[in-house]
Amino acid sequence: MSPSTGADDTALISLRAAALSYGERVLWQGLDLDVRPGEFLAVLGPNGAGKTSFVRALLGQRQLSAGTLTVLGRPPHKGSRHIGYVPQQATLSAQAMLRARDLVRFGIDGHRFGPRPRTGAVRRRVDEVLASVGATAYADVPVGLLSGGERQRVRIGQALVTDPRILLCDEPLLSLDLHHQRAVTELVDARRRSHGTAVVFVTHEINPVLGMVDRVLYLARGGYRVGTPDEVLTSEALSRLYGTQVDVIRVRDRVTVVAVPDEAAQEPHHPELPHGVRP
Amino acid sequence: MTLADGIWQQIFSFDHYGELLALVRNSLIAGAALGLVGGLVGVFVIMRDLPFAVHGISELSFAGASAALLLGVNIVAGSIVGSILAAGTIGLLGSRARDRNSVIGTIMPFGLGLGVLFLALYKGRAANKFGILTGQIVAVDTPQMSWLLGTSAVVLVALAVMWRPLAFASADPEVAEARGVPVRALSFAFMIVLGLAVALSVQIVGALLVLTLVVTPAAAAARVTASPVLLPLLSVVFAVASIEGGILLALGSSIPISPYVTTISFAIYLVCRVLGTRRARKWGAVRATA
Repeated sequence: MSPSTGADDTALISLRAAALSYGERVLWQGLDLDVRPGEFLAVLGPNGAGKTSFVRALLGQRQLSAGTLTVLGRPPHKGSRHIGYVPQQATLSAQAMLRARDLVRFGIDGHRFGPRPRTGAVRRRVDEVLASVGATAYADVPVGLLSGGERQRVRIGQALVTDPRILLCDEPLLSLDLHHQRAVTELVDARRRSHGTAVVFVTHEINPVLGMVDRVLYLARGGYRVGTPDEVLTSEALSRLYGTQVDVIRVRDRVTVVAVPDEAAQEPHHPELPHGVRP
Repeated sequence: MTLADGIWQQIFSFDHYGELLALVRNSLIAGAALGLVGGLVGVFVIMRDLPFAVHGISELSFAGASAALLLGVNIVAGSIVGSILAAGTIGLLGSRARDRNSVIGTIMPFGLGLGVLFLALYKGRAANKFGILTGQIVAVDTPQMSWLLGTSAVVLVALAVMWRPLAFASADPEVAEARGVPVRALSFAFMIVLGLAVALSVQIVGALLVLTLVVTPAAAAARVTASPVLLPLLSVVFAVASIEGGILLALGSSIPISPYVTTISFAIYLVCRVLGTRRARKWGAVRATA
C-alpha cells in the first residue's frame, strides 16, 4: 500500500497503483484514486479505454492485474447491498413481464432464493422509493411499455432501494432524449447531496453532467488524468494523455473535445471525442 | 351435407361418454400436472426468449422417446434423456442469445432424423409411432404416470426455489449479476428444468406441438397482466384448461388430442390479445395525464 493520506480514512473507494489489462493490452495502469462520500466522479474516455472494466472492478466482477482496490474498506465482492448499479437502459429485457414496482423490489430481495412472501414493510419501501424518483404514476405499468427515460428512473429507484453508499452508473444516459437525461442526472445529483452517496458515473458525453461533477477520471491510451473538469478537460492535459494534439473547446457551459483530423475520421459518429485512439 | 355431418361426427362424438371417461382418468391427472408445469415454465420461456429452444428440445425428446419405443423401455424415461441432452447442449453452447438459435437450428434436424430412424426400425403398432409426434390420449399407463408425476414434482420444486432470482436474471441480467445473482448457473439450471417440462409435454400433445403448452398460455397471460402473482396463475389456468378441455373433447372421437388442445390454447390467446390492446390503451392514458 502506498503512504496513507488524510483522505484514506473517509474514502469509500480507494485505488492504489491499480492496473487492468486484457492479456498484452493494458487498459489503464498506475491508477491512484480516492472517492469520498457525496463526491460525483465522472469517468470519461474513448470506447475501449476501460471505463466499463473500471466499473466491473468496483463490482468485484473483474480482478485488477496489479495494485490494490478497496471498496468500503475491503476488497470488492459481488452482490454488495451498499453499491447501487445502473447500467444503460437497453440491457433491460423488452420481454420482461414485470411492473415497474417489481423491478424496484428486485433491488431488495431479487437475489434471494426460495419463496418470499410480500410484507408490508417491503411494499411501503418500494412505494417510497418509487415516489422519490417520480415514478409513482407508472408504478403498475409493465416495464415493456415504459419509455427509456422512465425505465432509467425506475432503475435508479431500484439501485437506491437498499440505501447504498456508492452509486455506480454505466452510461445510464445512452439513448435518452435531453429531457430524460436531465431528469436522470438530477435524481443522481440530488441523492448524493441528500445522503452523501458517492457517485461514479461512466459516460461518453460529459455535458449533461458537467454542472454537477466534482472530479473527472479520464481514461485513454493506457493512462489516465484525474482532477476537476477545469483541470482535466483542457487541450494541454488531454493532448499529453493522448500523446497527440487534442483541442478542447469551451462554449459557455459546454465542453467539446475535438480530435486531430485523421483520428476523428475513423469514427465519425461522435465527433466531439478523439476516437480511433488505441494504446 | 352428409359428408360435413360425417366429419363433424368424427370431431365431436359423445357416445358412451361415461365409460370412456373412466379410461382417461390417468390422462386427466397427468394433464393437470402438465398444465401446472407448462404454465409456470412458459413464463420464463417468454421472458428469456426461448420458444425456439423449446421446439429444438422437443425434437430431441422425440428422438429419445422413439429410441425407447424401439428398445422396449419406458418411453417417458427415453423422452427425458433426449430432452436433457438437448437442453444441456443448448445451455452450454448457446449461453449468448446470438449463438443460441444457430445451435438449436443445428441440433433440431439431427434429433428429428434420429427419431425417424428409430421409428422406421420399430415394428410395433403404428399408433404408437404417430402418438409420439402428435400426442395420444389413453397412452398414460401407471408406470408412466409415476414418471410424469415425479418429474413434475422435481420441476415444481426447482421453480419454487429459484423463481425470484431467475426472474431478476431474466429481466435484467446485468443488474442481477451486480447484485450477486449467479446468472450463468441459473441460466443452465433453467435449461434443464425446461428440458424436463418439455419431456412431460411430449407425452400428451406430442413433440410437434409442445409450444402450445409451454409458450401459448404464458404469452396469453402476459397480454393481460404483468403482476408477478397473477401472470403465472393465469398461465397455469390457461394451460390446464387447454389440456383438460382437449382431452375431454377428444374422448369420443377418432382424432388425436392435439388439435383440440392447440385450438383451445390459441382461442384463449386471441381473447387475451384483444383484452391486452385495451390495457395498453389504458396505461397510455394514465401516463398522458400523469
